Amino acid sequence: MFTPAMIKLLLVGILETLYMTVVSTGLAYVIGLPLGVVLYITDKGGICPNKIVNGILGFVINLLRSAPFIILLITILSVTRAIVGTTIGSTATIVPLVFASSPFVARMVESSLKEVDGGVIEAAQSMGSSPFQIIYKVLIPEAKPSLITGSAIAITTILGYSAMAGFTGGGGLGAIAINYGYYRYQDNVMLVTLVLLVIIVQVFQELGMRIARISDKRIK
Amino acid sequence: MIELSHVGKTYFNGSASFEAVKDIDLTIGPGDIFGIIGLSGAGKSTLVRCINFLEKPTEGRVIFDGSDLGTLAPKELFKARQSMGMIFQGFNLLSQRTALKNVCYPLEIAGVPQKQAKKRALELLDMVGLAEKAASYPSQLSGGQKQRVAIARALATEPKVLLCDEATSALDPNTTRSILELLKNINQTMKVTIVIITHEMKVIEQICHRVAVIDHGRIVEEGNVKDVFLRPQSAIARELILPKSEAVESFTGRRCLRIVFDGSSAFEPVISNLSLECHTAVNILAADTKNIDGRAYGQMVLQLPDDEPAVTRILCFLDSKKIQYKEEAPHVYTGND
Repeated sequence: MFTPAMIKLLLVGILETLYMTVVSTGLAYVIGLPLGVVLYITDKGGICPNKIVNGILGFVINLLRSAPFIILLITILSVTRAIVGTTIGSTATIVPLVFASSPFVARMVESSLKEVDGGVIEAAQSMGSSPFQIIYKVLIPEAKPSLITGSAIAITTILGYSAMAGFTGGGGLGAIAINYGYYRYQDNVMLVTLVLLVIIVQVFQELGMRIARISDKRIK
Repeated sequence: MIELSHVGKTYFNGSASFEAVKDIDLTIGPGDIFGIIGLSGAGKSTLVRCINFLEKPTEGRVIFDGSDLGTLAPKELFKARQSMGMIFQGFNLLSQRTALKNVCYPLEIAGVPQKQAKKRALELLDMVGLAEKAASYPSQLSGGQKQRVAIARALATEPKVLLCDEATSALDPNTTRSILELLKNINQTMKVTIVIITHEMKVIEQICHRVAVIDHGRIVEEGNVKDVFLRPQSAIARELILPKSEAVESFTGRRCLRIVFDGSSAFEPVISNLSLECHTAVNILAADTKNIDGRAYGQMVLQLPDDEPAVTRILCFLDSKKIQYKEEAPHVYTGND
């Protein structure tokens, strides 16, 4: 079964999966990180409490998170077409991936920021820091190890989502598993893609944990 | 320097409200070391946070260095806070920054160029005796060292006031003493006004000039440390000064006497002389003598004998020795052993 053509297919699949996952995670953080910060600072007892903003944002995020990815993927096909011009291929998959993972990332970021010691924030305020200075000089640096751990979880979750996109014509290892393993009953292809996905997840997870550990100055 | 008039802070939680501090009038002069003492929950932490508006008072005004903090725009308030350092019980250092970078933080906020900030931070670390720990992270420092870094950080922007919120409560007695010495030095050399919040009388005794006693959100007593210490007026002040007085055996109905040593008589064995000269026994119910500013001060509560002539002899003896005394209501010292 491992014809040169199949090997090439798998290699392209790996690259497509990495491309979708990494780009989607990056974009999900571009959107999710500020949202997570807003969720945190507008919360009761935060540095800029605002019930209305917090309530609306929390509701929208929960709404998006309650839709199962495979449903969301199909629901927003027209949005995907409007943004990238097609609904097929790896790039098209990025749109629903970002949609589905940004709210998830926002919640992860919020929970990481919640771990920051309130006393440190108070100390920063006592030194005359503005809310913006507190966010980028205190909150994010202090939460950095936890944010990195969170991003490792986010990237592996997004990797899992990306495999589902194979059903609607997305690319990557998930598409290979579905097209060859599921529709053509090629169990060995299914198995190989599964093993490859497991390896990629392990690498991302381990890498994330290791970077988080190295960057954390609390334990030494 | 700092003037609080009718300051009150009420927390609202739905329909319930809680008055943490009420009707506080305080004036803290430049160069003072001002202590605020009270039991936990008395409102002292809220009060100190009202001074730098970390807690916005719901009533009254806070005047700092001539400006009413309540009228300032956020930017001006941030600026004002840069002239008020603050240290905390939990140190509150940035855990992901080295000691040096922690001290640099307020300078970054104030917009001081990096090079200059680093130089100033090193000087400050040197002043608190931690120059060699500049590259250490807070997790590698002991409690006392962390508080020294916090002090250096609080002083980085050359504030006029240093607010200390239970700054020594998490430290052992030796470390407490050395941190208080450091604060005393800072007060003398840098002319920084210091406000100290504590529940420990010994902190007040060691460095404060003036003290306010707070109970249930109100100031119940205020004055020079010596006066309050020698003649505590409020029940809460007496309890703080003679903390073990409650654990004295019950003797309701008998007379007792609080005698005060003002620095001259504590050196002679007054009580044994009293016993010998008056041919009577007295029971020491509570005693606390201390060294303040190099002189001995203290007080004792004596249980007097039932024998009237003996009591008269005792009072005459104390008068002849010019020792101050005051008859006490015995119920203050009753309780179970």
